[in-house]
Amino acid sequence: MWIWFHKLGSPPHFYRIAGRMTPWFAWIGGILIAAGVVGGLVFAPPDYQQGDGFRILYVHAPSAWMSLFTYIVMALAAAIGLVWRMKVAHAVAASCAPIGAAFTACALVTGAVWGQKMWGTWWVWDARLTSELILLFLYFGYMALRSAYDDQQRADRASAILALVGVVNVPIIHYSVVWWNTLHQAASVSKMARPSIAPEMLVPLILMFFGFNILFGAVLLTRVRGEVLLRERSADWIRAVLSKS
Amino acid sequence: MTLREFLYMGGYAAYVWPSYAFTALVIGWMIAAARRAHRNALMAARKRLEMERPGS
Repeated sequence: MWIWFHKLGSPPHFYRIAGRMTPWFAWIGGILIAAGVVGGLVFAPPDYQQGDGFRILYVHAPSAWMSLFTYIVMALAAAIGLVWRMKVAHAVAASCAPIGAAFTACALVTGAVWGQKMWGTWWVWDARLTSELILLFLYFGYMALRSAYDDQQRADRASAILALVGVVNVPIIHYSVVWWNTLHQAASVSKMARPSIAPEMLVPLILMFFGFNILFGAVLLTRVRGEVLLRERSADWIRAVLSKS
Repeated sequence: MTLREFLYMGGYAAYVWPSYAFTALVIGWMIAAARRAHRNALMAARKRLEMERPGS
């Protein structure tokens, strides 16, 4: 395990292994999402309160989950990069930011559309929505901070600290519907043992969650490969990669 | 269920379809942008190596 971890930290190994894994992640993620979309739009019965409008859940909830999950990955990678000075870890953190921002934007927009129908408003300044908007600004701030430095190492360190400070927002978003009296509904699938939704509704949601996570893996690996190339421009192994492609 | 009924979404068509379309757009951008970033990095590396070669 430790040797494997160490190997993954070496850019040429990472580049090669990631390149081999990416198509698998992309295809499996894509198929799961396709199945989830069909299940969510066709096979799931309409909700007794929200009719067919609840089907927005199948794109909204996975996006919102991914917006948090991507941040956790970014912060973990940033911490590993700071502590062990691992180049690949910093490359992972840098690659997470644009992906996380996209998921956050998707969660906010699909949520606004849903809110317009169910609450009669696109936006309210309640705890869940406001903390999710702050998450979007955290991603933007992270990217802006990175681009403000010419020196790669200083950009890595400064942005890693920002990513770690921003972690406090993650539990706030997650528990906002519990801690505060929000307009946003509580989680639909909080009890793992006995979920409060029907299996025909639950299965497509699970497919979407796994699909989004696995597809995220493919997108992240592709971005990290690019970052690794940019960071080690003069290494010999890049010559070998280029002569093959 | 007919296709017309399906597209009508029980009256929620104006909310459900834009949500799915936006999500598809975001995911499409995500994949395209990642591939572009990787390709650009490859091209930058190639250019840099070509510039190094005559001197070395």
